[in-house]
Amino acid sequence: MGATGLKETLARVAFALAAALSIIAVGLICLFLFANGIPAMAEIGLPEFLFGTTWKPGSNMYGIFPMIIGSIYATAGAIIVGVPAGLLTAIFLSRFAHARVAALLRPGIELLAGIPSVVYGFFGLMVMVPFIRTHMAGRGMSLLAAAVLLGIMILPTIITVAKSALDAVPKSYYEGALALGATHERAVFRVIVPAAFSGLMAAVVLGVGRAIGETMAVVMVAGNQPIIPESIFSGVRTLTANIVLEMGYAADLHRGALIATGVVLFVFVLLISLLFSAIKKRGEAK
Amino acid sequence: MTAKLLRGAVYAGAAFTTLVLAAIVAFVLVNGLPHLTPSLFQWEYTSENVSLMPALVSTVLMALLALLLAVPVGVASAIYLVEYAKSTSRFVRAVRVTAETLQGIPSIIYGLFGMLFFTTTLGWGLCLLSGACTLALMILPVIMRTTEEALLAVPLSYKQGGLALGAGPVRTIFRCVLPSALPGIAGGILLALGRCVGEVAALLFTAGTVAQIPNFAEQGIFALFDSCRTLAVHMYVLSGEGLHMNEAYASAVVLLLLVLLLNVAANFIVKKLKRGQ
Repeated sequence: MGATGLKETLARVAFALAAALSIIAVGLICLFLFANGIPAMAEIGLPEFLFGTTWKPGSNMYGIFPMIIGSIYATAGAIIVGVPAGLLTAIFLSRFAHARVAALLRPGIELLAGIPSVVYGFFGLMVMVPFIRTHMAGRGMSLLAAAVLLGIMILPTIITVAKSALDAVPKSYYEGALALGATHERAVFRVIVPAAFSGLMAAVVLGVGRAIGETMAVVMVAGNQPIIPESIFSGVRTLTANIVLEMGYAADLHRGALIATGVVLFVFVLLISLLFSAIKKRGEAK
Repeated sequence: MTAKLLRGAVYAGAAFTTLVLAAIVAFVLVNGLPHLTPSLFQWEYTSENVSLMPALVSTVLMALLALLLAVPVGVASAIYLVEYAKSTSRFVRAVRVTAETLQGIPSIIYGLFGMLFFTTTLGWGLCLLSGACTLALMILPVIMRTTEEALLAVPLSYKQGGLALGAGPVRTIFRCVLPSALPGIAGGILLALGRCVGEVAALLFTAGTVAQIPNFAEQGIFALFDSCRTLAVHMYVLSGEGLHMNEAYASAVVLLLLVLLLNVAANFIVKKLKRGQ
């Protein structure tokens, strides 16, 4: 009995240790980001860092306000493009599509989710940027290109999460609506969509999180000028782009300022995931 | 009238998604396939022939190493959460919250952390191992979540049967519960593999961009400390340089085919193992 007991205890401890690794990982990530970013923020001065509008590492000016605005604009644009299309596609798949059509589209959406962001970025660079340059205005690399590309990239996230929320609505809701004389469309939009509302919101928030954290695709199409864009055709630099563009050669305070940019991004993402769990909890409470 | 409008909107949304997918796939295939020449699969990368072979091999090495690190830990923590822990304990809640946090962290943050921790603090430098450890952290929550879902879907009677036959908890888990959760776990692993293959931001400052295969033949285990670029990084570097766009297109085709292959494999495994039960 002793040997078996020992084996069981050891296994239990090993499993628990593995589980503890998540906690350790988050702890380490916070520790290293904050320990390297906060001193830089302090040296630059928090107001100058967050609200300074000039980013010129050469002359020791580290204001990331344009990048904060850039991330917000690009994400907002992604929501405008991606959320309606994503939610409508989810509704289509869940309630309108013929089983055979749905079976065809589902692997397509899995593929869309799996396509690496460089490939999206390359598509944006070779197709969308020239299109904007020749048919619209500006030099092509722009807020518009970044926003549309991000909108496309968050589609699979939104579709998958929204579809499972819609699928989870009890059948009786729909049948009840039909029995009361509603058309199929009315039943879907007046009964099923409201019933799945918190799940749909969760899908949107998850999409927002993906958009704000996306790096490579944005770097390839956004132009990356560290100034607040004047129109949707101007170039824009996001927080993520700021890090990836300059980290390769940065040193000293410049490097610290880039890590501090990561801290700001990290805080944004944490706020979004808090929002996500609040929405999820409200959905579960209902 | 409104019914027609709503129906139209739903179809338009679905059509948009379908068109976008078709456009991207067609763009990659039409431009890339003609440039997928045999010379791109030569073992040596030179400035004249930017072969993608070293990047392809590095991708496989990087992804396998990351899986090797993340899968045992991810599966073990899922087992702990499902089979051992009381869901009310503070430890379990902390694990769940942190795992969810890990899942939401953007890859560039993982890249920053990997650079600060593995590359600088541990002094590994830009290398295969730093990159793989960073990726392992990134895919850990994916594996945890999918394994947990798979374990929860196993009928309770399997576990009860094992325990009733006198097997201890560990034996029951490994002989009765895990085997029938295998399709779900395999699906999660393939999902994680897909993320490894496509990742760039987390690797630029941890694994670097050297276009060579880590030389395990000569250096043995120390080749883990060689810098290397995966295929996605390769493609990013090429498109940034702007000198070898045709080769970048070709890399895009290979990446797309890899992702497609992983998706098909995932669906196949899930279907086949489900039928086997």
